[in-house]
Amino acid sequence: MKTLFDKIWDAHVVSSVENGPTQLYIDRHFCHEVTSPQAFNGLRARGLKVFRPEKTTLTADHNTPTINQDQPVKDPISKNQLDTFAKNAVEFNLPLYFPLGHIKNGVVHIIGPENGFTHPGATIVCGDSHTSTHGAFGAIAFGIGTSEVEMVLATQCVLQTRPKTMRITFNGKFGKGVNAKDLALYMISKLTTGGATGYFVEYAGEAIRNLSMEERMTVCNLSIEMGARGGLIAPDQTTFDYVKGREFAPKGEEWDTKLAYWKTLKTDEGAAFDKELTFDAADIQPMITYGTNPGMGMGITDSIPTLDQVDEAGRISFQKSLEYMGFEAGEKLEGKAIDYVFLGSCTNGRIEDFRAFTAFVKGKKKAENVIAWLVPGSWMVEKQIREEGLYDILTEAGFALRQPGCSACLAMNDDKVPAGKYAVSTSNRNFEGRQGPGARTILAGPLVAAAAAISGKITDPRA
Amino acid sequence: MAYLLIGKLYFMEKFIKLTSSVVPLPIENVDTDQIIPARFLKATDKNGFGDNLFADWRYNKDGSPKADFVLNNATFSGSILVAGKNFGSGSSREHAAWAIDGYGFKVVVSSFFADIFQNNALNNGVLPVVVSADFLAEIFATVNADPKATLTINLEEQTVTNNSTGKSETFVINAYKKECLLNGLDDIDYLLSKKTLIEQFEKSIK
Repeated sequence: MKTLFDKIWDAHVVSSVENGPTQLYIDRHFCHEVTSPQAFNGLRARGLKVFRPEKTTLTADHNTPTINQDQPVKDPISKNQLDTFAKNAVEFNLPLYFPLGHIKNGVVHIIGPENGFTHPGATIVCGDSHTSTHGAFGAIAFGIGTSEVEMVLATQCVLQTRPKTMRITFNGKFGKGVNAKDLALYMISKLTTGGATGYFVEYAGEAIRNLSMEERMTVCNLSIEMGARGGLIAPDQTTFDYVKGREFAPKGEEWDTKLAYWKTLKTDEGAAFDKELTFDAADIQPMITYGTNPGMGMGITDSIPTLDQVDEAGRISFQKSLEYMGFEAGEKLEGKAIDYVFLGSCTNGRIEDFRAFTAFVKGKKKAENVIAWLVPGSWMVEKQIREEGLYDILTEAGFALRQPGCSACLAMNDDKVPAGKYAVSTSNRNFEGRQGPGARTILAGPLVAAAAAISGKITDPRA
Repeated sequence: MAYLLIGKLYFMEKFIKLTSSVVPLPIENVDTDQIIPARFLKATDKNGFGDNLFADWRYNKDGSPKADFVLNNATFSGSILVAGKNFGSGSSREHAAWAIDGYGFKVVVSSFFADIFQNNALNNGVLPVVVSADFLAEIFATVNADPKATLTINLEEQTVTNNSTGKSETFVINAYKKECLLNGLDDIDYLLSKKTLIEQFEKSIK
């Protein structure tokens, strides 16, 4: 009896080091401009080629502007990094390179699935912690460092210690105005940012089964925020329907063979996990964060914990966090004025996120004092926003659309929230300075972000 | 860096046993965005990150040092960083390990590390040492009382000792990684030696 994780892992073991890690074969490697240059330098220094060029997909996303992408990048250091990325793709003969402006360009964890590079049963890595996103397809997907990027480029393998397994089951159905992001923030608030460290998580239960493919990606994306190496969901008809027909998905006879295999990818009845947790989806309300890590979350109508509710060893960090945010222990946040709204990122930059946001703001007007950055996750999402008429509704409501990229999620480009300002963001991290030095981030789902953009305050979207 | 031959020799000579005073950072959940903020990730090599280690905690907006941050406090120095639990959470950026290494830390002691950071540190010859929560609290107390107090890290024996109190704990490191660190080998050397196995594996899955 095996768990889904065990089945995929075992099918990719090339060798095991005695008293050490496992040599794991990697089916798909995603690569971006920020965490790869030193890996290519390493290959050059050792006189190595890329071992399997067709198994690496490259897109520029982290250090890119979200306006005027047709013009040369202004920041010379960023330009150098992007040029280096392009040169490396050419020098190492990598055919799947999607530079700025390419229709397949966009945030790495969005363009992967939408082009059919992400398959059930696969092992997937990228020099980016949110690689866990691809676990939504029933894949073992995890973030790696640049040394490991070099290993994959050189050998299509990494050395990994086998993680422990955890199953998190969500029973029942969501309430009104609650979506996948709320589920994830709720879960992280229960587990804390280190609560799943050392584990690979399988998400299960009725509430997970009922999620669309894109919602599953949002949940798996945030696995890393509770420390998990990754999170995965057993593939089902929802998964197969999503993958079928995409450009880089298997076709014809290969599809039939793969599909038959994919259908076996589920945890056997009675297989044991190292840890099991169960939650009830009905207990979840729209979530926001109040602190400086994604585990510091609460229901939108709740109050920040008081000091005596916090572990003694954690009080210095808790107080430091609230001081940074300009909040008081025990305080409610509903009704607080905010300055910025960010819709986008590998967490919530997909078409369904734009549909949810647009449905809420339709016929309303953006609050005048709010600056809203709406950043599609890819050019394909951007195209869909226009084709579905969302663009017109957003424009009518006073919103503008930017060009694809990671943008204000990590603020490597000019999309920086100024010091002291509050941003309601659909991204994944509310760390100090994450959205710009001194910026104060409140993480939330697309509906809470939409409600905040309209009222200019932290607002319950159900109200 | 562990990649360079001189780096390896330095590591082999110096690392088997290290005794140093420590820099205490009693903050929990120090994420890699704090260790090295994203705006410093635009480089295409591994040099210079040490100058921006903990940049937003360490410098004012005008670049002047913040007096209240421990790296700017001459009382504390040494090649061992001691930090609160869940050190290195968040982004997978290896730049965090390069920044810690570049600043001159050879060891980070905490009661808990995030997975990816731990791998990245080991791949750069920076040793993450996990101690119990009680021992961590004791180390912080010792260093507060005497900033010149030292720890001894013995990789061969896998022990960490508080030389002021004599208290010692063993720490866990897998045998393979320990050999790599002691011999200056890295994972790429190992994987390249397995090329035939990799090709056989590929044929078996076709």
